[in-house]
Amino acid sequence: MEHTNDITLTVNGTPVSRRVAPRQHLVDFLRDELGLTGSHIGCEHGVCGACTVRVNGEIVRGCLMLAVQANGCTVDTIEGLSDSKELAALQKSFHERNALQCGFCTPGMLMAAQDLVNRKTKASREEIRAHISGNYCRCTGYQAIVDAIDEVLNGQG
Amino acid sequence: MGKAELPLHAPGTQVDKGYIGQSVPRPNLQRLLQGRGAFIDDLRFPRLAHVAFFRSPYAHARIKKLDFEKARKANGVIGVFGGRAVAEYCTPWVAVLAHLKGIKSPPQHAIAIERACWQGEAVAAVVAESRTQAEDAVGLIEAEWEELPVVVDMEESLKNTKTIHPELGDNICFKREFDTGGVEEAFAQADVVVEDTFHFGRHTGVCLEGRAILADYNAGEHSLTVYHATQAPHMMQDIFSRHLGIPEANVRVITKDVGGSFGIKVHVYADEMATAALSVMLRRPVKFLADRLESFLSDIHAREHRVKVRLAVSKTGEILAFDLDDLTAIGPYSVYPRTSGIEGNQVVNLTGGPYRHQKYRAKMHVVFTNKNVCCQYRAVGHPIAVALTEGIVDLAAQKLGMDPAQFRKINLIADDAYPYTFPSGIKFEQLSHHKALDLLLKTMQYPKLREEQSRLRQKGIYRGIGLAAMIEVTNPSPAFYGVGGARISAQDGATARLEPSGMVTVMCSVTEQGQGTEAVFAQIAASAVGVSIDKVRVITGDTGVTPYGGGTWASRGAGIGGEAVLQAGRALRANMLEVAAAILKMEKAELDIEKNSVVSLLTREKKIDLAELGRVAYFRPDTLPLEFQSELTVTRHYTPRQYGFTFTNGIQASLVEVDPDTGFVKLLKHWCVEDSGTVINPMLVDEQIRGGVVQGIGAALFEECLYGPDGQLLNGNMADYLVPMSGEMPDIVCAHIETPTRQSQLGAKGVGEAGTAGAPGAVMNAVNDALAPFNTRVTAMPFTPERILKALKKV
Repeated sequence: MEHTNDITLTVNGTPVSRRVAPRQHLVDFLRDELGLTGSHIGCEHGVCGACTVRVNGEIVRGCLMLAVQANGCTVDTIEGLSDSKELAALQKSFHERNALQCGFCTPGMLMAAQDLVNRKTKASREEIRAHISGNYCRCTGYQAIVDAIDEVLNGQG
Repeated sequence: MGKAELPLHAPGTQVDKGYIGQSVPRPNLQRLLQGRGAFIDDLRFPRLAHVAFFRSPYAHARIKKLDFEKARKANGVIGVFGGRAVAEYCTPWVAVLAHLKGIKSPPQHAIAIERACWQGEAVAAVVAESRTQAEDAVGLIEAEWEELPVVVDMEESLKNTKTIHPELGDNICFKREFDTGGVEEAFAQADVVVEDTFHFGRHTGVCLEGRAILADYNAGEHSLTVYHATQAPHMMQDIFSRHLGIPEANVRVITKDVGGSFGIKVHVYADEMATAALSVMLRRPVKFLADRLESFLSDIHAREHRVKVRLAVSKTGEILAFDLDDLTAIGPYSVYPRTSGIEGNQVVNLTGGPYRHQKYRAKMHVVFTNKNVCCQYRAVGHPIAVALTEGIVDLAAQKLGMDPAQFRKINLIADDAYPYTFPSGIKFEQLSHHKALDLLLKTMQYPKLREEQSRLRQKGIYRGIGLAAMIEVTNPSPAFYGVGGARISAQDGATARLEPSGMVTVMCSVTEQGQGTEAVFAQIAASAVGVSIDKVRVITGDTGVTPYGGGTWASRGAGIGGEAVLQAGRALRANMLEVAAAILKMEKAELDIEKNSVVSLLTREKKIDLAELGRVAYFRPDTLPLEFQSELTVTRHYTPRQYGFTFTNGIQASLVEVDPDTGFVKLLKHWCVEDSGTVINPMLVDEQIRGGVVQGIGAALFEECLYGPDGQLLNGNMADYLVPMSGEMPDIVCAHIETPTRQSQLGAKGVGEAGTAGAPGAVMNAVNDALAPFNTRVTAMPFTPERILKALKKV
């Protein structure tokens, strides 16, 4: 049988303990072990950003971190930040501006955008574009996403 | 230009058009914003098995031996299967269409038997309790191969020195020649003849959610339920039924959330057919997700074309004739069931489309190669036809010393010339090229930009402005596929049902992959019935629930599905008025519905709310006259038939800055004026255009599937295959002309492919305009810094 490790971490405010294979990615762990399917898998090589989650307050690629590395960490996902209302302003502006079409990139995009909102009180459109330039969106062409973030950060867009 | 007048209510009543023309936010977005969507990989099933495929490492090789012994013994493995085992359960297919005369392709199996014809073709399947275990076991399959000659280059394929499928005789899948006559004479008489060769890079859709399917066979009832990320559930129902030998009514295809499609998810994929067959073989649910590396190797590619084009022009700038020679390569198989002949066919149909010349000659070859298969991807053929038309038109204008906008003004088909038959035979109902050009030039402040451009050139800053006029196929009739024998529906249906609470449920055969289809249907249904939009629920993507229809492709969802919803909504409203008349003991003609209530037609006084109407109709019909039966579920269908296609038109412009030292292109701004008929939701229309433009920009500047001489894909991952990212994209300005089609009462034409159709041509012309002072030009997409520096002779 495959070697396993015991891990304990806090996910969306709730402590969880599991026995996992050392090779399991954090995003696979969240999706398959915890049923948190909001974090999506788009490339599994750290490029597309669809699996972006927050670990100890920093956004990371869930496909580039192993579940065992999250032992003892605090992990926040799209589900948790939706329920805590932390994302409410961005979700509202994304909705009103149609800053999502198929919605597959959206959880990762919101996690990345919220990171900017948490760090900055103002940002230029160029800074917004640069901040989300690690997140693929194949549907929108990005402008509506930039507008939506711009609105939350700067009250316009 | 006024909005389309829509008689959504009884003639003579003074009621507004409801939600048509309003930028209503999509009602179904909250779940996606909260990560609570239902993509295939989010679904959980008991006894779910996972399949991983062993794929050919060679572009062309005979399978001498496949040894599954070690793989079968691996942890968690349920079964390992080769092509012959799966073929017992799934018959092969041949992708041809009767109206593409002479098209040929060999039979294709769900899993290759004896021979692999491209790198990435699946030759064995491992089913295991988890995907991880399945992939581990794939690594234990032992194979012996005999490498076969590889055909990679399409010019070489055309010469037929090595034949990929000897039984077909040559490498030509399909060819077409077209000639109006008089072309040679027109060229002989021309004052100016320009000629160029354009190359279009093979690229792919890169849906962020890979292809996904979960097939669940129930041996107890010989039924198959397939959860499938597809654009065309009914087409797939038919295909699973015929190739797996399960009665059509026992096959149900359910399409929940789909993470991008763009034409990629409207085709039959061998590995997906194998997944369905494996579910039947193993009598349990089986799931396949194409991972990113598999996606690059096996999602359809598109657009690999080499086109020579010549243009004959008079000294006054009048286009006299087009002469075209297109060559395109489509991999080793024509893709089922739409075939891989359509893109080349569209290039022949559409080239020169916006202009009023009468002489046209075209020659087109579609050839087989040992690369991944190609088929229809967003805007099919249009990006090629538009770019080569607009590229050669700009070259002619340059040679005549004429402004490109002025050159187009001289040649665009007049707005009062319709109905109009283009030399290639296609018919236009009503287009608005001149209105669109005028609006574009005004919106972008064209003269000011030209002034700025020439001022900056003196400072060594090289900006370029590129225009691209276009025509686009939308709302196709059965002329697209049905006439060729494909079981692909051009009609769609909608059911509208009044719920007892006064809400309205709409079920439509057109599917949603993020375009906003369900929102648009809610707007139409709410307007047609007379209820507020929060009272409408829309269900799509379930062959067990919705009426029969074609689904989503060729910019048809709003125009065809929307008309079916409009007709169903109106019929439901009429039936609701019958019930109200029976309850109120009034004449139906005295009543109307607005704002969730039945009102007096004349006084607008509220008579009964819809919840009360529903209560009586469903729970107390005993209080209604004995002979009266309410019918509060109605279904209507719609097929466009008067024209083969409801053509639309538009024009785009790109403003770029080229750095002659680095070869980098900076996109400064992009404009698009589009006439998509009645605009149902302006925000969604603009967002379709913007997303489409950015995919077109990807083709122009970044995207290409690069193959080595041995047929190996060199950049099949997201790090090496570049797509547009937010940092490089410009803001895109959209404006509209509204010329409703008279074929439907809704008047909507399609818009989903417009951006992708025009953007590559506009960007190409802008880059070449910027390079003009250096007397050089680029014609091979994507325009990478290296290609631009080569054109500048700097590398």
